[in-house]
Amino acid sequence: MAGNFPDDLRYTASDEWVRREGAELVSGITAFASDQLGDVVYIQLPDTGKHFAKGDPFGEIESVKAVSDLYLPVAGEIVATNQELDQNPGLVNDDPYGRGWIIRLRPDNLADFESLLDASGYEQSTTERA
Amino acid sequence: MSYLPHTPGERQEMLEAIGVESVDDLFANVPRDLLSGPPKIPAGLSEMEVLRLIDGLASKNQDLEHRPSFLGAGAYLHYIPSAVGAVTGRSEFYTSYTPYQAEVSQGTLQVIYEYQTMIAELTGLDVSNASLYDAATAMVEASTMAINETGRGKIAIGTGVHPEYRAVLRTYMTGQGFELTEIDEPWVSDPASVGQALDDTTAGLIVQSPNFWGAIEPMAQLSDVAHAHGALLIAVVNPISLSLLAPPGEYGADLAVGCGQPLGIPLQYGGPYLGMIAARSDLVRRLPGRIAGATVDKQGRRGYVLTLQAREQHIRREKATSNICTNHALMALAATVYLSLMGKEGLREVANLCLQKAHYAAQLVSAIPGLSMAYDAPFFNEFTVQTPVPATEVNRFLLSRDIVGGYDLARAAPGLDNYLILAFTEMTTRQEIDDLAATLRDLLPEQASAGSQAALQGAGTRGKA
Amino acid sequence: MSDSQPGTQAGRVPSGCGNPGVPVIFEQTSPGRKGYSLPAPDVPERPVEELIPSAYLRQKPAALPELSEPDVVRHFTHLSQRNYSIDSGFYPLGSCTMKYNPKVNEVAVTRSGFRAIHPYQPEATVQGALELMFRLQEALCEIAGMDAFSLQPAAGAHGELTGLFMIQAYHRSRGDRRSEIIAPDSSHGTNPASAAMVGCKLVTVRSDRRGRVDLEELKRLVNERTAALMLTNPSTLGLFDEQVQDMADLVHAAGGLMYYDGANLNAIMGVARPGDMGFDVVHLNLHKTFTTPHGGGGPGAGPVGVKDRLAPFLPVPLVSERAEQFVLEYDRPRSIGKVRSFYGNFGMLVRAFTYIRRMGSDGLTQVSRDAVLSANYLRSQLNDLYEEPYAGPNMHEFVLSGKRQRKKGVRTLDIAKRLMDYGFHPPTVYFPLIVDEAFMVEPTETENKDTLDAFVAAMRQIAREVEESPDLVTSAPHVTVVGRLDEARAARSPDLRWRPER
Repeated sequence: MAGNFPDDLRYTASDEWVRREGAELVSGITAFASDQLGDVVYIQLPDTGKHFAKGDPFGEIESVKAVSDLYLPVAGEIVATNQELDQNPGLVNDDPYGRGWIIRLRPDNLADFESLLDASGYEQSTTERA
Repeated sequence: MSYLPHTPGERQEMLEAIGVESVDDLFANVPRDLLSGPPKIPAGLSEMEVLRLIDGLASKNQDLEHRPSFLGAGAYLHYIPSAVGAVTGRSEFYTSYTPYQAEVSQGTLQVIYEYQTMIAELTGLDVSNASLYDAATAMVEASTMAINETGRGKIAIGTGVHPEYRAVLRTYMTGQGFELTEIDEPWVSDPASVGQALDDTTAGLIVQSPNFWGAIEPMAQLSDVAHAHGALLIAVVNPISLSLLAPPGEYGADLAVGCGQPLGIPLQYGGPYLGMIAARSDLVRRLPGRIAGATVDKQGRRGYVLTLQAREQHIRREKATSNICTNHALMALAATVYLSLMGKEGLREVANLCLQKAHYAAQLVSAIPGLSMAYDAPFFNEFTVQTPVPATEVNRFLLSRDIVGGYDLARAAPGLDNYLILAFTEMTTRQEIDDLAATLRDLLPEQASAGSQAALQGAGTRGKA
Repeated sequence: MSDSQPGTQAGRVPSGCGNPGVPVIFEQTSPGRKGYSLPAPDVPERPVEELIPSAYLRQKPAALPELSEPDVVRHFTHLSQRNYSIDSGFYPLGSCTMKYNPKVNEVAVTRSGFRAIHPYQPEATVQGALELMFRLQEALCEIAGMDAFSLQPAAGAHGELTGLFMIQAYHRSRGDRRSEIIAPDSSHGTNPASAAMVGCKLVTVRSDRRGRVDLEELKRLVNERTAALMLTNPSTLGLFDEQVQDMADLVHAAGGLMYYDGANLNAIMGVARPGDMGFDVVHLNLHKTFTTPHGGGGPGAGPVGVKDRLAPFLPVPLVSERAEQFVLEYDRPRSIGKVRSFYGNFGMLVRAFTYIRRMGSDGLTQVSRDAVLSANYLRSQLNDLYEEPYAGPNMHEFVLSGKRQRKKGVRTLDIAKRLMDYGFHPPTVYFPLIVDEAFMVEPTETENKDTLDAFVAAMRQIAREVEESPDLVTSAPHVTVVGRLDEARAARSPDLRWRPER
């Protein structure tokens, strides 16, 4: 999926995308990451209500041949996790920015969103790693 | 040398193709001061000579195909149907590699799938893996699963669990910094006292049934006790007994482990045996080792693959559920063939024969003056007798009559010098049992008065093991 | 070679033609069929309920199959015909040492004197078994250059863990807390997993351009927290690291220990010994170097050897000789304890011992010479078509890369699958991790030159196919009993046991 870096999102160097929805943030992993992983088979999600610092591993994503930690893009409290992924983990591959969302969080500091990478910054980081 | 095909001419051709003068040139990177020369072991032998050597060693062993034995304690002389060896001796099975390339390993993979099904059925739990090394390491793995599942750091284990399994668990727990509590339970667990040894830091309770001394444990009650404290119940089981006795799934165990050696695997001085592990379905992602799963190819043909590999060391590396790389595939094959031959009815028949012979023996042996049953609880194929003289003496006398006696409990529990664990299988004949009784009578003719004292004490004895 | 020819003398894969799927054994059940024979009870039979309270009895019988003996034998025979094996063809699997499994080893192990002895028999009645284990311990000490061996571990990974337990016990005995283990970036997956199991953090040291450990980086990483450096030599790249003694000096000076993964011993028997290189703990793989059969995934055996200063920590019991008797020695107060039940995978020990005595000093030396020769020969025939990440000479195995082929849209995985159409099991793929699109080839010494040439021909043909008709490769295999299987489905909706249709 070359060039799939939606402009309206922000990103981290560890391949998470973030979308702002009012006072909350929604996050998942990017198309680049899900391509690298291959077919996702399982996602270990945290309990809602748990709080993590920026960069903390909060869950795991597993494909047939790899497993990867999921890192929280900004400090905050998990308010929801995508229950659809239990039955249908492939959504992360098929629709990573839409139905493949992973968590919704209430950030400690909404302004942290602005300090994340923008689309071109993230795209840059992927070409460096390819 | 018959396993080395290269002729001098061929070696020369290869050297020329590579572009070097001699094979020594290929070792140029090895520092000269490290060159060791050939190992200082004897020169090679022809096949005839090596077999002579081997036979010389084998003949120094008094094997149990040629004399009766009453040893059990975790390894049992069951009858192995001829078809088992005929299948495991097929080189397509025994010389094949791990089935990582599924397209050329469908034989092995389907066997594992069938094996997993049979172990799940026997234990009454949802899922099994492709096998582990032995019951002790399987028990360690189950403990790790309980620790990871509950987030707690302590394992409680009854002393009725095989002493070698407990010793192995101790090694692993110490090495990894977890806590182990041993619960004294001479000869059968009391659920109330077990409960007192558990608390909110206990991840799992491990109980063996039938236990090391042969007694059947009150598993349903122990399961309740474990769960009441938020701990998982790990049952250690004998697979033959499961055709007769309530399996772990029926009494609420979360995990079951055991040794599959009774299922068509020879004694072989202690290994290789077969580590069984089975779990409730929600624990499947914590299961260690290999697991085979069914799927399809692009043409819709059914096939089998190693699956859930992200648990394993070659992918997860330092976060693997365990560092296990191998399963005991060939032993799992033996067990699968054995269970296929015995089937639903056959396994029950084997179990019944073990049960009947053990109980016949118990009647005879406990009627011998001086000998008494150590406990009153129900048993399956093994029981413990209290002896008026040290068990080592009893065994020594039996051996002088070319009978291999029972397990001397002093070996596991120093101080318990007068206890012997006797085991019986479908291979034990009535004649052998009668001879055992007669030989014991020969040893203990003057124990009549001491015997009645022992009989009074025997029923209420609470020894420490 | 057309894709309808599934093999040659060098290797044959089970082919889909005439080999339809085999129903699971449960689907072949017919209630009432018997595959067993048992004598009637010769003791008075009592009702089960009289002997065991009904609360302890099984309510629902296990749904095991019911077949006759001929049915069972046919079922497993059909399954065996869907398996590749050493006896049917070449396994060029790097790091696995898939050499021929001599049949005399199988004869040795079926002698009743080995087969039918119980681990708890009095030692006086099993002197032959104990002597065999003792002599095997001695032979392994000599081959590996170590002072003592434990035969307990059931596999290489198990031996590795045992070694690490001993290393930790050694440090603890000196009041020394060590929390890091160093391993190269080319290491096997079990290394970090084992390190985690002994509460250590795994620190990775880079390999340099020559595929050796970057010694400068190692100097920066070794410190007072270093419990051990875990290495295999030759490395997983098949290259002998000449710096090994320098590394040993470095690690020992910091108070750490050197651990040797014996997976690659087949390269250096009669040439060099890990004990002489400075290693303190070694594990060997009897199912690799010493040809005990892989069995479709196990059992194996992973004996662990140590230098004298670590001998007190070896697992109990040790097989020792005392007054011309062989004994199981338990009185070792600083032992780490037991790492498995009983004494070891004795059935595999008998096979390995038979092999070692059959080959002898001269034979084992020739094994390594031929293994290294064959591997270099193969590399010389393939390194024009496949990219070669490191300069040779290599030892018993080598690594090439499918990077060039990837530019045509074909991956190493595809090449591996296409090899099956030529009758070969693929080499090890995607390992070590430091080489892109890696494939690792280890021919071993038991493959003749015709087989090596047939393998070369297949690899060269596939390289041509990549250029001319890549689809043939990316859609391979074509002749096997099943094609590529849907692994995502297997992991997403695990079907791990048969269930009757309701």
